[in-house]
Order: sequence, then structure tokens, then C-alpha cells
Amino acid sequence: MARVKLWGSLSRMADGQKEFEIDAPNIDRMLTALGEAAPKLKPILAKGVTVSIDGTLYRLDKFQAIQPDSEVYILPKMAGG
Amino acid sequence: MPLDRDPADRTYKVVGHRHNRPDGIDKVTGRAKFGADLAAPGLLHGRILRSPHAHARIKSIDTSKALALEGVKAIVTAADFPDHPQVLEDGELTNIRYNVMAREKALYDGHAVAAVAASNPRIAAKALKLIEVDYEVLPHVVDVELAMKDDAPILHDHIRTEGMEDAPDCPTNVAERIELGYGDVEAGFAEADVVIERQFRTGAAHQGYIEPHACLANISGDGSGDLWCCTQGQFMVRDVCAQLNGMDVSKLRVTPSEIGGGFGGKTTVFIEPVAVALSRKAGKPVKIVMNRGEVFRATGPTASSAIWVKMGCKRDGTITAAQAELKYQGGAFPGSPVSMGAMTAFACYQPKTLKAIGWDVVTNRPKQAAYRAPGAPMAAFAVESIVEELAHTIGMDPVDFRLKNAATSGSKSAYGPTYSDIGLVETLEAVKAHPNYAIKLGPNQGRGVASGFWFNFGGQTAVTLNLNIDGTVALSVGTPDIGGSRASMCAMAAEELGIPYHHVQTIIADTGSLGFNDVTDGSRVTFASGLATIEAARNAAKVLCERAAKIWGIPADAVTWENGCAVPAGPNAGEFPPMTIKELAKKAGETGGPIAGHFEVSADGAGPSFATHLVDAEVDRETGRITILRYLIVQDAGKAVSPAYVEGQMQGGAVQGIGWALNEEYIYNDKGVMENPGFLDYRVPVASDLPMIDTQIVEVPNPGHPYGVRGVGETSIVPPLGAVANAVAAAVGARPEELPMSPPRLLKLMKEQAQPLAAE
Repeated sequence: MARVKLWGSLSRMADGQKEFEIDAPNIDRMLTALGEAAPKLKPILAKGVTVSIDGTLYRLDKFQAIQPDSEVYILPKMAGG
Repeated sequence: MPLDRDPADRTYKVVGHRHNRPDGIDKVTGRAKFGADLAAPGLLHGRILRSPHAHARIKSIDTSKALALEGVKAIVTAADFPDHPQVLEDGELTNIRYNVMAREKALYDGHAVAAVAASNPRIAAKALKLIEVDYEVLPHVVDVELAMKDDAPILHDHIRTEGMEDAPDCPTNVAERIELGYGDVEAGFAEADVVIERQFRTGAAHQGYIEPHACLANISGDGSGDLWCCTQGQFMVRDVCAQLNGMDVSKLRVTPSEIGGGFGGKTTVFIEPVAVALSRKAGKPVKIVMNRGEVFRATGPTASSAIWVKMGCKRDGTITAAQAELKYQGGAFPGSPVSMGAMTAFACYQPKTLKAIGWDVVTNRPKQAAYRAPGAPMAAFAVESIVEELAHTIGMDPVDFRLKNAATSGSKSAYGPTYSDIGLVETLEAVKAHPNYAIKLGPNQGRGVASGFWFNFGGQTAVTLNLNIDGTVALSVGTPDIGGSRASMCAMAAEELGIPYHHVQTIIADTGSLGFNDVTDGSRVTFASGLATIEAARNAAKVLCERAAKIWGIPADAVTWENGCAVPAGPNAGEFPPMTIKELAKKAGETGGPIAGHFEVSADGAGPSFATHLVDAEVDRETGRITILRYLIVQDAGKAVSPAYVEGQMQGGAVQGIGWALNEEYIYNDKGVMENPGFLDYRVPVASDLPMIDTQIVEVPNPGHPYGVRGVGETSIVPPLGAVANAVAAAVGARPEELPMSPPRLLKLMKEQAQPLAAE
């Protein structure tokens, strides 16, 4: 199961829980499972977040694979200039 | 898309060499067409009426007198951008609609309230004076900290603070609170031998692109049409304009002109949806060109900020705690880049404990737009100022102090994830070894160092490559060229196909000719469009091999592509002389038809880029003038596809950062009206202000790109604010806490604090 870590203010919306163990094959399924585990997160996840898997940032690809030992971070939506 | 192989084993024939840019001659001879150069038969001229008030309720708009003026063909107001479901479902799109045309309230000085299309510019200007707007002037706020107060004038009744469970259910200007960090910072400060904290402020800086926004819309009677404009993203313009005007996206084709600078400021729309609405209403082509005053008052500068930073370190230099509170105002709508500021603030280092809090605040200023590494430069200014001061306080060389704490490959980033291969240490070591670091300074001169980080992004990208009958190549990309990217695309296609650089011609395609592309932002183009170009060329090479196999009567997998020719893969494939790309192109019709390659991707894996800047500055103690004596940039480019244009990006970012540090800021009077909306009073650096900006490229390959490319366009603006401030602090013996360090501000600082800092 991948360990999914939340950025600080997101963890506030998850009743202070900073880390979740989630068994999901890809980002899309992981975000769905995370929303079910912490329903208050659902609106924020729906608005869009950036997901880091093993240090690589994914802003779009919801079907990027997650390995059981992957390091996963949920980060704010990002944009550049 | 992983790195192809160990870069040390690869020799590039085209990539990494210096080539003339394909758009160079047109740009220096005036042949290139920019937004304002476009024309059409029967053209009408559009002008926009703007609010003279910082905050005012629009009680009524009477356009009857203006409409009666001979030569006026159409007038639009907010009523011409009605509620479409696709707009209402998207909060950001709703804000863009409000920003391009004020609705119930004008939210800043310069906010558009109506627009006119007339047969010539003089009639359009006259018509604007005949539009009667009944305003109820409201209290305003333009300062980020004042806007956060309980008794501040409220811009939007619907805003509640996101990111706070206990936020009161009442209107506020604080749109969001974000927080990140790890460990116990109080324990970290307790462990420190030295703790320093300071409060910093930065002004709002505009991107200052030389070309004002310009567009020409031509909507036909059947509701379909064309839009030509200068933009960083024609597909974004198409989608937003179509949605705001209730059009099917397929009905609008957008063609990007050449672009006279963007720097993030042209990643959104301002006049384009208005031109479409006017053209549709008038049934004629409508052109709108902003003047410089409009660009300043009504397009997006970056956020201004108030940033508190506290850091502690041990005598050996180890940073034990880092804490920051960042307040960014992003103008009249939510969306300041404060979260990016919070994430990047300490990204160069590995503090043992960290806490960063960010506040996104709305004020009566124009809606901020992206500006090169949005949110990062002001955070880096604050943090790098403290880092330098910590180093001096413990008596450690500032580069060594940074090396002691530097983020490294495999270390945890300050914002969470583990870094893959990164090159900060290499930039610091290069600065330390550079001759500039050993030059002896004179009186009133100071030296400053600062490092900076930017994430870099990928994004949706589509590329098509077509082989011409003579073996040359037409490459279509969908990302406007804002920094020499066409040269890099030509180089990568040529590298893959084994043909000369000048045999590839790259165009920026319109929205009807290519799949969707995200805007040119996030330093993404050389990475993402480059990656797609490489894959499109490889796909074309595969087709070329299949055609050769067909001619030779052998299996396709028995042919490989080498040095611009199809060759048998090995002795068992048979003995055939190499078949050149020119020969295969000539036979395309006989062997199956046109030869092309294309590639579509949501590109991820853009590796972050780090840079370290070294500045020597001299202060005139009588006038407060600061002269930049020497400036060195060392930056990790992963793999520099076009070294000259990488250096150009590095120099351009540094110069914009120097302007932000020394002179550039929005100045408002007590009515909330901008007082310096022109280049005479909003002073950007010019060539005579600057020394040659020295550059040194470091190449630590990005494992997420076939050649190891990293974006380079944004990182270069992150360190200059801090580097210049550190040089000035060393020169005058007082630490600047507010940017820009304009002469009056520096004179005041020297008068109040002019004595050597503790250890500087």
C-alpha cells in the first residue's frame, strides 16, 4: 500500500491526519479512495491538486501508475509563468 | 519519457550547438508580424472604457449617446457576457469574465466597464466619453495587510477563507490560508545557536513585456470566426473566448502572432473576449490594441507581498528551524501565487524543522497574472536575506553555508517529495570557483549571493512533423515561441532525423491545425514540446524505415535509421546501400503516401532547476543610486539544447529581477489610483543600467527527458531580488527589508541604520 502524504492545510481538512495508506493502482483511484477516507477533502480534490509520485510532479495524468512502495504527496494545484 | 542513456556516452551533432534562430531575420528587419500589425478589410477599431475608481458600484451604464454617434458600430458591456452554464460551473472562468468586463462593481482603477467598436480610433475614443456610467464610489484597499483587517472594505461578499475549518462565516478579503511543514519548529529554534527574524515587503512588479496586448477578431454572420492575437497560448484563448461568448469551441480559430514578450503575463485573456463580442455584434472585424497605460492598469502584474521569516542555525552552520508567514495580494480576485511562494521559500535547503503559512488576499488592484516563477522571487528574497545574515553572523562563507544546507539529489524537498537528480550543489561550487568571487571590492561596494529554485512543468502537448518532397521537414508546434524555442525544436528534430538544422522549419500552428496545447508557461516548452518533437521525429523515422523496407523487400524491423538514412539493421537483412531521407521523401507517393510523425502527450517529469547568482553592487551614499558592477548566473539546464538561448533566458530573468529589486513597483495614491502607469515612471532596467550579465550553464541531466532537458525560463528570476539585496546590505551595513530599493528608500535606510551589521 502506498503512503499518501498531505500538505499541511489539507491535513487540517482530514481531521489532522497527515498520512494515509492507500491501495490504488493509479492517481485517479488513489484520489477517489482518499476522498472516501476523508470526505471533507473531496471539494479540494475536485478543484484540482498536484500529485507527486516518487518525486515527479503530475498535474494532469490521472492514470499514472502508483507502486505499492511509492512515495506519494498531495500538493496544491500549481501553475507557472 | 525517461533519459535515453548515460549522457556521457552520447555525442550530439545538432543539439547543444549554437545556431541562428529561425525567426531572427524577420524580427530584426521588421518583417515579423506582431499583434498590432494585423489588419483586415472593413476593420473597426475597438476601445475600452475603464473605471477611474478603485472600488465602485456600477449603478447604471447609459450607452445611448455613444451608440448614436456616427461611425459607432457596436458597444458591449457585461450584459453581453451572460450566464452560460460552462462559465458558472468554473470559478476561475467566472472570475476571468468579471475581470474582462466589470459587472455589479468596478474592482480596481482601470477595470473595463464597456467597449466600443467604431470606424476609426478617434470616433471610438469620442464614443467612450459619451458613455455615461453612474458610479457609487466605495471605500477601497490596496495594501495586503490592511486588506486582511476585520474592518477592511470588502471586495466580494461570497469569499470565505478556505483552508481554515474555524474560519468565520462572514465576508472577508482573505481567500485562502495554506500551511506546510514538518517537525517541531520551536524545538528547532531551541536547538539553534543563532536565530534571526525579519519582516520583508515587496512591491507589485509588472512583467513589462515590450509588446502591449493586441488582437483582431473577425466573427462571421454564421457565428464562426477567427481571432489573431499575441498570446502565450492560442488554445487557452480559443477555449476561454468561446465559453465566455457562448460559442462552440469549434467555431473559433485562434492564430497566435509573434509575441513581444510574455513572461507569464499573456497566459490569460483581457481584450480578446471583448473583441470577439464586438465583432459578433458589429458583423465586422474588430481590432483592439492596448496602450501602455492600459497594460499597467488593467493587466496582471504579480502579487505584492509582506513576508515574515525566522531561521535558526547552529555554529557549524546547520539550519535547525525555518519558519515563514507569507501574505500575498493577487489583486481583485483570489489566486495569488502564495502557495508557490510557501513551497519554494526553503526549497534550496534542508532545514531540520519547517513551518510555512501563506495567505491569499484580494485587494482593489488588477487581477494578478503569472510572472516567471510565480510567487517564488519574493519568498526567495526574504529567505536568502536571512540565510546570508545567518552565514555572516556565525562567521561562515555564505556559499559554504548554503553548501552545508543545500538540497541534494535524493534529499527531501522542503515542500515534501524527494528530489531526484538536481544540480544546486553544482551551481554553488561553480560560483565559489568563479573569478568574480575573488575580486577585491572597493569602498561602498558589496557582494551578495542567493540561490533559487523552480519546479518546472510539462503539460498537454501535441506536435506534428511532415516530410517535404525534398527531404526537408515542416514541424508544427502549438506553444508560442517566447524565448527562442523554435530553434530548439528545429535542433531536436534535426538531431533525431540526422539532417542539418536548417532543413527543419518550425511554425507555431493555429488552433485548427493541431491538437490542444497548454499555454507556454512553467518553463515547459523546451521540455514538453521538445519531448513531443523527439517522439514525433522518431515516429517519422519509423515510417521512413518501413518505406525503405518495402522498397528493399525486407521486413520493416530489419531496417534502422542512422545519420539521416535508412540502413539494413544487420548483415542478415541483406546488402542495400543506405537510402537517404531525400530519396525516401521523393518516393513517398509511390510507397504509401505522405510521410509524417506526430505525438500527443500530457508531459510530466519536468525536473526542477536551481540557480545561484553572485552580484557586486556599489552604492552612492549621496543619491541612493545603486550600480550593479558585476553579475554572474550559474544555472542547471539539464541539457542546454540551444546554449545561446538558455543564456538569454538566464540573463533576461536576472535583469527583470534586478528591476524588481531596484526600481519597479506599482504606486497608488490615496484614492487607489495607480500613479505610475508608464515606462517613464515605472522604471525597468535598460541596457545602460547594467553590466554584461555573465552566465555559466551547469548540466545535471533531468531523468524525465530523453536528452535530460530541464526548463530554464523561470528559475533565473528567483535569486536576483535576494542577491542584490545581499550585495546592498554588505555595501551599506544595513539590511534592506523592502523592495524595490529605490533611492529614497535606500537613503532612508542608510540614515536610520547606517552602521555595520553585526558581522557583515
